[in-house]
Formats: sequence, structure tokens, C-alpha cells
Amino acid sequence: MALLTVRNLCIRFRQGGNVTVAAEGVSFDIERGETVALVGESGSGKSVTALSVMRLLPTSAEIPEGQIIFNGKDLLKAKNRELREVRGNDIGIVFQEPMTSLNPLHTIERQVSETLKLHRGLGDRAARTRTLELLQKVGIREAESRLSAYPHQLSGGQRQRVMIAMALANEPDLFIADEPTTALDVTVQAQILKLLRELQDETGMAMLFITHDLGIVRRMAKRVCVMTKGRIVEQGATESIFKAPQHPYTRHLLAAEPKGMPPQSDAKAPIIMAADDLRVWFPIKRGFLRRTVDHVKAVDGIDVTVRRGQTLGVVGESGSGKTTLGLALMRLISSQGRIVFLGDAIDGRSFTEMRPLRNDMQIVFQDPYGSLSPRMSVGDIVGEGLRVHFPKLSAAERDRKVAQALDEVRLDPATRHRYPHEFSGGQRQRIAVARAMVLEPKFVMLDEPTSALDMSVQAEVVDLLRDLQRRHDLAYLFISHDLKVVRALANDIIVMRAGKVVEKGPAAKVFDTPESDYTKALIAAAFQIATAPEGVVAE
Amino acid sequence: MDQILEKRGFETIEPVAGQTQPPPARRFALSPINRRRLDNFKANRRGYYSFWIFVILFVISLFAELIVNDRPIVMSYKGETLWPIFHDYPEAKFGGFLATTDYRDSFVEDEILSHGWMVWPPIRYSYRTVNNEIPEPAPAHPWWMLTKEQRCAHYPNGVNDRNCTLGNWNWLGTDDQGRDVVARLVYGFRISVEFGLILTIVSSIIGILAGAVQGYFGGWTDLSFQRLIEIWNAIPGLYLLLIISSVLVPSFWLLLGLLTLFSWPALVPLVRAEFLRGRNFEYITAARALGVGNTTIIWRHLLPNAMVATFTFLPFILIGSITGLTSLDFLGFGLPPGSPSLGEMLAQGKDNIHAPWLGLTGFFVMAIMLSLVIFAGEAARDAFDPRKTLR
Repeated sequence: MALLTVRNLCIRFRQGGNVTVAAEGVSFDIERGETVALVGESGSGKSVTALSVMRLLPTSAEIPEGQIIFNGKDLLKAKNRELREVRGNDIGIVFQEPMTSLNPLHTIERQVSETLKLHRGLGDRAARTRTLELLQKVGIREAESRLSAYPHQLSGGQRQRVMIAMALANEPDLFIADEPTTALDVTVQAQILKLLRELQDETGMAMLFITHDLGIVRRMAKRVCVMTKGRIVEQGATESIFKAPQHPYTRHLLAAEPKGMPPQSDAKAPIIMAADDLRVWFPIKRGFLRRTVDHVKAVDGIDVTVRRGQTLGVVGESGSGKTTLGLALMRLISSQGRIVFLGDAIDGRSFTEMRPLRNDMQIVFQDPYGSLSPRMSVGDIVGEGLRVHFPKLSAAERDRKVAQALDEVRLDPATRHRYPHEFSGGQRQRIAVARAMVLEPKFVMLDEPTSALDMSVQAEVVDLLRDLQRRHDLAYLFISHDLKVVRALANDIIVMRAGKVVEKGPAAKVFDTPESDYTKALIAAAFQIATAPEGVVAE
Repeated sequence: MDQILEKRGFETIEPVAGQTQPPPARRFALSPINRRRLDNFKANRRGYYSFWIFVILFVISLFAELIVNDRPIVMSYKGETLWPIFHDYPEAKFGGFLATTDYRDSFVEDEILSHGWMVWPPIRYSYRTVNNEIPEPAPAHPWWMLTKEQRCAHYPNGVNDRNCTLGNWNWLGTDDQGRDVVARLVYGFRISVEFGLILTIVSSIIGILAGAVQGYFGGWTDLSFQRLIEIWNAIPGLYLLLIISSVLVPSFWLLLGLLTLFSWPALVPLVRAEFLRGRNFEYITAARALGVGNTTIIWRHLLPNAMVATFTFLPFILIGSITGLTSLDFLGFGLPPGSPSLGEMLAQGKDNIHAPWLGLTGFFVMAIMLSLVIFAGEAARDAFDPRKTLR
């Protein structure tokens, strides 16, 4: 008999008079010791399905029918007291966001040992010993000194390790991993996945792995269920599904990878943006007189050249100073070093003096949910730059330009009277692109424009960006930690680490024959999900 | 949880390019999020009905001159149609010699009725009209506690007097100066709510502006403003009010100004926090990258977000304002003597324990008015709560 059997599960959300079906007729089994992956794009209902196994759905959700049988017991009929026995004891769960999954006010020791004390009735000393053992097991170095640390003192990868330690504390039979690596850097992702595989071999637990990344599925899971719009459309052995996908949606998912390579970099194209020895140092102030004792060197002496019609890719892990570099070039934060834009030195200009130039330089941000004001209609958002830079434009003229820009990013211009929350992530990112493009800029900074999007949408956005570049001869500064996307778009690349350039050169050369160990580790992690030798990348 | 679900797209509608809905016909159509808030507000029955009862009572009280007044609404005198509630006619017009006409005077009334007619409001007293035919020494009982003979005892023709009618009887008795309690209550309610609303709006505007500037610019601006507000809050407002009102003659606008001085900091921390949070959002950086100026960013991008928190707070500020005025009136430092005021009525109730209708009326009016606002405020607060789901 299977460890977990889900039969005909249906989940609905009720909001006002609206009923949204989040999952319908979902059925799957997980055997002991087996890994099953639940794959789908955002909104497909995969996380809700996983949460319903733990009965952790919000109050607005209801489960009108279905069975969730775990170890022979129907969890949907279980009382709250019985459920608490199961949660954290027989089933462990790790969430996507390591930044918010840990309570910032409690030490690591307290959070990990809580579940031990609760389910096993361990005393303080025994719990401490076991916590230490668990932290060592999940690969936290100097675990003893970390016991009294608070979450903010740990990196994202370390926090996710702590979360895994908490989930594993009581040796659960089933381990649910809800996109455990999506918020992490590729190098850290590889480490966490390796850890999970090792832990599974050791404890023999079953794993329900939720992800949107097919590359991960291939490495982690024996069986896979493909979900879309609340239904499982295909399930079976991973190998056979990857080799011969039956359902059109699975085929669509498999085909959706950013493809194509940009042409060779052209050193003769005119320079749009250049910076010499750019530095952004944040002072660290100490003592009563707030004297500057040291600096955080976010960007430390970087030379950048962006040419017309070309893309400069900036890659590196989070915290390496990529975004800071971009914001400094746009003169949105203060910096030292010469910046030349369209032949003019702009490093000395004040915010007001910069304003006339702003229509030639634009930004597209990472988070399409955060970069659009929720209280302005799409037309107002896209038209705002026109109001600033072309105040003489009549309302009708402005409206025509907005419609044209929306059309260019392949959105229906009729949608300009609606509000951002009515759009999906990919559509919102298109709106953000339209906002930048409506001013017909010469230079666009793209700050991880695809990271928050689903795989298949990523590919569409990359195609769109490439198309716009070709049509308008745009210069892009493309910032990303995702090397697959960078490879599809960038002519030249700089690899950054801790504010410094590790490697730079034409993209083809960097990808084919990386010179530094760091670049090699990044590429291995991104394309093969392989971990690097110790010490090369961050933990 | 809701945020995660929202992020994963459970609430988002996915319009397919090319077949979207036509743009809304009305320009100011409610956005779906406001639609949801309105539905949430309506779903809270107690709050929704409280809101409407309060609004209706206030609107009625705005037309108090038509309902509770010591002069006729309209009358005809020697073939001429006159509107005494809108115009002050000198008594000379009706054969007297005073600058203003007392239409309740039986001499004037006889003169008018012999040359035309007049239509009285349902209650023939204003807030400062003294009942000259008071049935017993003030404070007099409500009419339904007296016999008809008692009620009409002081009219020239006794029970058969033309003026011994419902409109001249005191529904809730009189106060200790012989003035009709209902009239004082209606006008007192109006002035309380008006005072509260104006004070709320003025102090909100100041508070929002101060909070917005502090939150948006941060740094030294924020720090120095905060210290200033701390010092300001340390001034004992009530004592200052008592001192000032003993030096200057208190009036509606003077009290309003004085109370504003001490009520505006209430909203500052709220708005400041919203701005501090909001100014780091990416869409603010995006606007700055577009070259949008500071004023426009504050006005168009940040203020709408701060308004939700502010709006939720307003009913409670309104209550504070009303109670503030009432307590000053109760202490005798409020509106000038003779003004209709609920605080003064409560004070009279305290001084005249043998006339419980004074204290009870004041108490019930205050209690009902404040409860209505609180219930409506609660409903508004819940309606703006994104985590609140309808059952």
C-alpha cells in the first residue's frame, strides 16, 4: 500500500460570491522512499495541493470532495488533535521563501528544537544535542556556534538548510518540498538539491517535490505529475515523460526554454554608455561621532562599455553588486568614477539635471508585481513617462502612443483601462517593458526581468526583448543570475563577485572556455545542476 | 498566505490578447478591489445600517431649521407670501416696534392670522427659545407625563387655547432655563457632528501632509520632525485649552483651531510608516527612473497607498473630536453660553438629578451617536482588510 494516496481531490476558494477552483480531480500516489515531482506553472494548483495534504489551507478554502490517505488514515476526516500529531512528526514541509519561513525573533536552536520538544517530549539538553546533530547533518558549518544565531545572521542557503533540519527533526515518512530552491542562487540550489538527495538515501523518506523547473525534476524525481489549471494532465516515470510527452501541455513545457544565441559582439558599434573605474562604496559608521571606519564595497572599480544594438550581460550570485552597478550607471544612486552617456559625462549631474536624459535611459525591474503601482491603470502607468518628458502632448496623442507601445509588446491596447492585478506575471512584465519602450530610449537596463516568471513565459519575454532590440537598435544592460537566459541574449558578459569583475569577454568565449573557477562553478550549477568544490562559491 | 496565493495567480484573471473586455463605459467605475471592499462593507450588516442611519440623521439635522424652529416656515400676510425662516422681518411689518419678530408672541400671531395664514414647523422651538407658557417651574416634565389641564394651565384660554397643541408641547421636557430639550438636542447633534467632521478633515490633511513629507524624505527631515512632534505631544492640551478659553471668548472656530493644534499628530505615525514602506517599492524607483518629480511621486504613487490606512482611522478620529468638544462643553469651557451643546445638556443633567430626562437624553444621544460611528468605522476597517474573507 502506498504511503500517501490522494484521490479525486477538489479544492475551491470562496471570495465574496466568486468561487475559484484551485484543484479538481487530483489523484496520485507516493510509495515509501519514492520521490514524486509535481510540476506546473504558477497558478496551476500545485502548492495548494501540497498544503492540503497537511491541511494547512487558508480559511477561505474548502475541500468539497476527495480523499487524502496517509498511512491508512484519511487526513481530511481527521480531527485537529490528530492532525497536529501528523504535522511536523510524520510529514515535514519546507517552503519556498527562506527569508520569511523562519521567525526572526527566535534563535535557530529554539526553532529547530521546538518540534522535538513538542512531538518527542525531549528535555532541553537532549533537544540541544539532537538539534546540533541535525544542523551538522544538513551541512551547516560550525553548527555549535550557529545554535544561538538569529535568522538574519544566516545566508539564504543556510536558512533553507535550517528549514530542512526542522522538517527532518522527527524523521518524517513524507517530506514535502515546496519549490525549496526557487529563491536561491543557482550555485546554492545545486548544493541544496544534493543535500536533499543524500538525506533521502540516508533516511529512506518519501518526498513530494514541487517545482516549475524541469531541469530539477529530471535530477530529483522518479515519477512526475504535470499539473495545469488545477488538474493533473499527465503522470508517469520521469524518463518516459521526458522522452515521449503525451499531453500537449507537457510538450509545451518541455519546449519552453530560452533559445537562440545572439550574434557575435560587434566592437565597431557606437558606444552608448561607458563607465571607468566605477565605485559604489557604502560607509560603515561606528562610535558616538559616527566616524566612517570602513566601506561596504558594493561596486569596486568596474569598467563597463555598452554599445548600440548590443547586450552586455552582467552575471553573478545575489549580493555580488549587479543591481547596484546598474542603478549607479542610471545615476539613481551616488557613485564615484566617470560615466559617459551618449558622449556626455553624467557623473556630476544632479537629479534635476539628469531629468532631460531620462527618456533615453530606462529600467525594467525583476518583480512585475512590485514595479507597477497597483492603483494606476495600465494606460496611466505606461503614459507617465510621456507626461514628464512630453508635457505638450495632447491626451489623445498620448493615448495613441500608449496603445502603440502596448501593441509593440503584444498586449491588446484595449487593456489599457485595466489595473495591473488583473494581469498575469508575464503580462505585467510586458507592461513594464512597454513603460520603458514608450519613450523610445537608447539604453535599457534589464534587472533580472525574467527571474520572477514561469519557464515558458521567460522564453516569450526573451524573444520579445530580442525582437525589440533588433527593431530599435537598443543597447541593453542585462542583469541576471540565470545563465540560460543570459546566454540567449548577451553579446558580451561580465561576471561579478563581491563588487569586482571576475571575468569578462564575448559571451560565446566565456561560456565555452571559462577561465576562472568561479565562472566554471556558475556554469556547472546552471546547466548541469552540479555543485562546485568547496570554497569556490558561497554557501 | 493570501499573498502567496495572490502571487501564484488565484485571483488574477488572465485576459487573452485580442479578446479582452471593452473599456468600462463610466470613467469613474469602481476598480475590482474597491468593488470587493464595498461588498465587504455591505456584508457587515451592523456597520452598513449604522452608517446609513448616521448619515440620514445628520442630513435631517442639516435641515433642522425646517423641523425645529421658533418661526413659521412660510406665511401669508396681507396677500404677501413671506419666508420667515430665510428672512428676518422687523416687527414693524406686523404693527410692532422691535427689530426682530417673535412669531410666538400672541399679539403678532393674532395680527398675522387675521390677515393671512402661517405654517409652523412640527416643533415650534429653537434651541434658545424660552417656553413662556411653561406648565411648571423649569425644568419641566415631558408633556406625556402631565395631564392636558396641567399642560395648558398657563395659556390664556387654558385647554381650549389655539396654541396649546402638539407643536408647543415639550416632548422631552425643558431644561433649567425653560428651553425645549428636543430643540437643543437636534441643534446640539448637528453642531457636534459638524465640529467633529471639520476637525477630522482639517487635522487629517495636516497630519497626512506632515507624515508624507517625513516618510518620503526620511533622514534628517524625519528625525527633526519626529522630535518636534514629541515635544508638541508633551504639551498638556487640556490645560492649555482651559487657560486660553478663560482669556479669549470661546467660539466655534476658536475651539476648532485649538483642538486642531493637538489632534493633527494622531495620523502622522501612520502615514509616515506607509510612506517609509512605500518609498522603497520598485514602482517608486521606476517612477524616479522615468524622471518623475518628488511632488508627483508623493501625490500619484504614494498617497493612494497611504489613504487606505488613513481612511480606516478616520471614524475613530471623528469620535475623538466629538467627545473632545462635548467634554469641554461639559466643563463649561466650550462653546459660548446659549449655544446648543450636548456637553452642556449633560452638565445640566448632573446639576438637576430630580429631572432625569435631561441626563438620560444627553446620555442616549451621545451613546447612540458614538456607537453608530464606531460600528460604521469597524465595518470600514474590516472592508479595507485584505485578509478578511467573506463567508
